[in-house]
Amino acid sequence: MIFLNYFISGISLGSIYAIIALGYTMVYGIAKMLNFAHGDVIMVGAYVCFYAVSRYEFPPFVGVILAMFVCTVLGMLVERLAYKPLRQAPSLAVLITAIGMSYFLQNTALLLWSSNPKVFPSIVGRGAFKLFEGKLSVSHITALTISACVVIMIVLSLFISKTRLGKAMRACSEDKGAAQLMGINVNATISLTFAIGSGLAAVAGALLCSAYPTLMPTTGALPGIKAFTAAVFGGIGSIPGAFLGGLMLGVIEIFAKAYISSQLSDAVVFAVLIIVLLVKPAGLLGKQAQEKV
Amino acid sequence: MTMRRLINLKRVEARRIYLTYAVVIAAYVICQVMSSTKFLSSSMRGMLVPICAYMVMSVSLNLVVGISGELSLGHAGFMSVGAFSGVASAILMQGVITNAPVRLALAMIVAAVFAAFAGFVIGIPVLRLKGDYLAIVTLAFGEIIKSLLNNFYFGMDSQGLHFSMLTDTTRLLKGGRLIIRGPMGISGIQKIATFPAGFILLMIALMVVFNLVNSRSGRAFMAIRDDRIAAESIGLDITKYKMMAFVTSAALAGAAGALFAMNYSTIVANKFDFNTSILILVFVVLGGQGNMLGGIIAAAVLTILPEKLRQFSDYRMLLYAIILIVMMLATNNDEIKNFLNRINPFRRKEAE
Repeated sequence: MIFLNYFISGISLGSIYAIIALGYTMVYGIAKMLNFAHGDVIMVGAYVCFYAVSRYEFPPFVGVILAMFVCTVLGMLVERLAYKPLRQAPSLAVLITAIGMSYFLQNTALLLWSSNPKVFPSIVGRGAFKLFEGKLSVSHITALTISACVVIMIVLSLFISKTRLGKAMRACSEDKGAAQLMGINVNATISLTFAIGSGLAAVAGALLCSAYPTLMPTTGALPGIKAFTAAVFGGIGSIPGAFLGGLMLGVIEIFAKAYISSQLSDAVVFAVLIIVLLVKPAGLLGKQAQEKV
Repeated sequence: MTMRRLINLKRVEARRIYLTYAVVIAAYVICQVMSSTKFLSSSMRGMLVPICAYMVMSVSLNLVVGISGELSLGHAGFMSVGAFSGVASAILMQGVITNAPVRLALAMIVAAVFAAFAGFVIGIPVLRLKGDYLAIVTLAFGEIIKSLLNNFYFGMDSQGLHFSMLTDTTRLLKGGRLIIRGPMGISGIQKIATFPAGFILLMIALMVVFNLVNSRSGRAFMAIRDDRIAAESIGLDITKYKMMAFVTSAALAGAAGALFAMNYSTIVANKFDFNTSILILVFVVLGGQGNMLGGIIAAAVLTILPEKLRQFSDYRMLLYAIILIVMMLATNNDEIKNFLNRINPFRRKEAE
């Protein structure tokens, strides 16, 4: 039963990673860049939600919507100001800019909201479902996280595969030049990708801080990197891959915490990243790209 | 050897190297004079060694980022390997070698060897990757090194050396000394790092890097950076050259870490975190990728400035972030580059 409890909290943590990983994987698929600042968008979303709910006493649902709105705008703004001018630049320059942006968001948050940790109120209270005569307890937030992740996955997959905008996104990720010739507005599509990814990051922020209620300006950094690990694990650019990678990474992390050592759990997660990249660089569900001269 | 090579170099390149040496030596002499005439405040004197260490870090990361063209986000990891191995070996040598400068030099050599070994082990998997993946894996290794050192216990007693992971199970005999104490790091360090030692290390680092860059291998690094496929097609062994740059850089970072650590009485692994790696990257980016002198000056300015502007200390990291973004936009976006060229009347026209 303890094993099952760990497994469920692993799946729950993994669901959050999966939602964050979606932002990475979509942006990587289309803009071919690692958006280092994505983790910090999570943090901004969590702060917006925190202030909306605890200071202005909006209902949690409205808080999350508000956070999604702010993060969507923030994501598009970041893309427009920092990444768009570097579309043609070498990837090293883009990555350094993204790291700079991540630091910028973290330190702006530090100035605005101070480094004192805030206790985040859970968006659904602290209750739990008791199963098997109380032997197995699943907190409401865990249940909500897992179901939110499944819903987001299904809706996003349908969006990508069925709608015109989704088709445009797939075309851009295949070949930007050809997509432009077919009349697709590439810049708008990239902007849309950032918007969706950042909106999802806000949801992830609210869920993450409901499950682990300390909120600081650096809250988003480590989950961000781990979610990137999840995206690579599943195969970058692939949406089901982000889902699978996120869940697996969450379970691995919780098991490492429980059975190996809580201090070394981060090291275990990073070791997974290294092994995956060496053994199967395209990830579990990714496509192996052929390098052309 | 060095002279012959410099004569064969293109004039511009040789001039740049001489200028770098001249500036470093002049800065050293000025600082020494100022510090002996009590012109330098004691807080500034205390910063001379860390500045030297950061300068060496900047030079060593520049070899990877500027010359070899790979982004390493775990450079502080090598610094911490060097710091811990260097300090531990200095403590072990305390009874045997009483001359402090000799002990410092030996400790820095040990640190460089350990860091080079770490660089080699990490380089085997890392250098098979490229671009963003390589960067993120160096970050991962930096974090792993930090986690491991935070859980590492190392001590010595009459029975010899003992170490353990996670919890302290070294069970030292009476009279033994626990040197590395997990998250508590190393304390009771003798502060034997001196400014002249820092200066010598910086000169050695510059000589190593300039000689490497202006050799056959250095040209290979740059060929691989500029076009990996073309370099491979003319028969350059990419992994070998990348490993050479990576290991050299790690060794220099290790020596710098030992110098840095022996300027303080206590060090902990958390001091060498991702923020430190980014700080060093800011030096390199601000100084200009591949420009050693620029990186050295950036390291000095960005270490002294925050001390002088204490009232703005909250804005320090924000400033670094803005430096990174603005530098990248200014050097990589054609529109902004043209704009800067237009508003700068002193800019020399670059030959196409």
